Amino acid sequence: MLEIEGLNKTFASPSGDVVALHQIRLQVEKGQFVTFIGPSGCGKSTLLKIVAGLDTAYQGSVKLNGKAIAGPGVEKGFIFQEPRLFPWLNVERNIAANRSLRDKEVCKQVDELIELVRLKGFEKAYPRELSGGMAQRVAIARALLRRPEVLLLDEPFGALDAFTRTHMQEVLLDIWENNKTTMLFVTHDLDEAVFLGQRVVIMNPRPGHIRNVIGIDLPYPRKRSGSSFQELRSRVLSEFEKVETPAIEIGAGI
Amino acid sequence: MNEATVLDVKAGTGAAAQKRTGSRLPKWLYGWLLPLLLLTIWEIAARLNLVSETMLPAPSLIAAAFGRLAASGELAEHLRSSFIRAGGGFLLGGTIGLLLGVFTGLGKWAERTLDPSLQMLRTVPLLAVIPLFILWFGVGELSKWLLISIGAFFPLYFHTFLGVRSIDFKLYEVSKVLEYSKLQLMTQVILPAALPNILLGLRLSVGTSWLLLAVAEMMGASSGVGYMIQDARVYMQTDIVFVGIILFALVGKLTDSAVWILERRWLHWQNTYKG
Ligand SMILES: Nc1ncnc2c1ncn2[C@@H]1O[C@H](COP(=O)(O)OP(=O)(O)O)[C@@H](O)[C@H]1O
Ligand SMILES: [Mg+2]
Repeated sequence: MLEIEGLNKTFASPSGDVVALHQIRLQVEKGQFVTFIGPSGCGKSTLLKIVAGLDTAYQGSVKLNGKAIAGPGVEKGFIFQEPRLFPWLNVERNIAANRSLRDKEVCKQVDELIELVRLKGFEKAYPRELSGGMAQRVAIARALLRRPEVLLLDEPFGALDAFTRTHMQEVLLDIWENNKTTMLFVTHDLDEAVFLGQRVVIMNPRPGHIRNVIGIDLPYPRKRSGSSFQELRSRVLSEFEKVETPAIEIGAGI
Repeated sequence: MNEATVLDVKAGTGAAAQKRTGSRLPKWLYGWLLPLLLLTIWEIAARLNLVSETMLPAPSLIAAAFGRLAASGELAEHLRSSFIRAGGGFLLGGTIGLLLGVFTGLGKWAERTLDPSLQMLRTVPLLAVIPLFILWFGVGELSKWLLISIGAFFPLYFHTFLGVRSIDFKLYEVSKVLEYSKLQLMTQVILPAALPNILLGLRLSVGTSWLLLAVAEMMGASSGVGYMIQDARVYMQTDIVFVGIILFALVGKLTDSAVWILERRWLHWQNTYKG
């Protein structure tokens, strides 16, 4: 279980301090799928980096299974917007990364993961030969090989075309149903947030804080065209619009 | 050859290119056309005594001198001592350059203390310090080795430093998340990322070593290809001077190709590299 309590994060910059996160409070049960949505600059990436342990300069408490997060590690898998593969390694070596493929167990798991992310036949391909969607699936397999307790995904499908994105969402739900990994998924796509998450966290900028959390009580696999999906979607959208208005007003006042 | 390759790319296929140019010559032949033509003109001019033999001996004479020197074992002897000098100086300077480049590339502290001095020294033309070298170390092997190793040092140092610095912060973050050890970060992330730059530095180092070898051997030696050239000049044996020049060109080309083979093997993953 992930517990965030009274989290504040300020960036010092020459033109004054920027409050990136203000009083964030959130609990995520083990195995839960939570999506985060909000306008650019509301601190979504900052929040994920803190949970990942990539950023440790903050006030407040962030605990995974009761223990404060001390630094980055494989139990907190991170999928960035770009796949960030090592260009000099082929697909299977990228997935193995600092684990040796000569290890029979690693080799077997890499094979299984290649199957899971539907990349059979591309084991020996280099990153430059892959499409954006394929490369992102390699990145996901690389994180999964380490059996993470939490998977943090920062707009992972943002750079993909609509068709590939839908496909990737299904792959990700497959993985989640198989492994029951806790998912923290940041997106700027409303449909994606509602389609994937059991809860949608709506964030608000200046300073970045959680505006509202909406439960999406729909069984998987979800149908985007269903009336209950559409209903929840408009609920989130209306929350989202409430978020936008004060931001604009503040902006106009300055 | 380049001409033909360009045509090839534009036309899409070799067959189409050949149709367009209306020729059936193999592609590799194009690059040889001009040199062959020049050689023929040169040979004819020499045979007709249009040029003096001490200025420009006929290609056939140069070839004969080449054969004579090769048969007597003289060529092999000169090549051997040249290789030892160039190789030794290159290994010494290149290795230090590589290690120091990694060192200053990794640490801010090392960069601040070392790099400014090295950057300043880099701008001094090496040929201008030769007199100083002769004063300090004489004209013996030591000053030759040192000259060549300093020449080999700078390109490798500079490009290794750049390569290590060019590592993408994004990949560094990935290595943190994947729990790479310090050693793994070094050998599995920084080194491969710096490799394109290092190989470029290697190529330049090899070239500089070869250039300085010629200079060092002409400033006084008793063996080596440079000495052979210098010695032949004194006795007006212009054909042997040409043999020496051709040797330098051949070995230069060979060592360059060796680096190219390394690039093909190690950098085939690169987008821009079309080996
Ligand atoms: N390294 C940094 N230095 C200074 N300010 C930063 C830095 N990273 C993010 N910020 C600021 O913090 C705020 C939140 O950024 P971010 O978490 O990237 O937002 P999001 O991912 O929601 O678009 C923004 O105002 C941004 O300008
Ligand atoms: Mg972001």
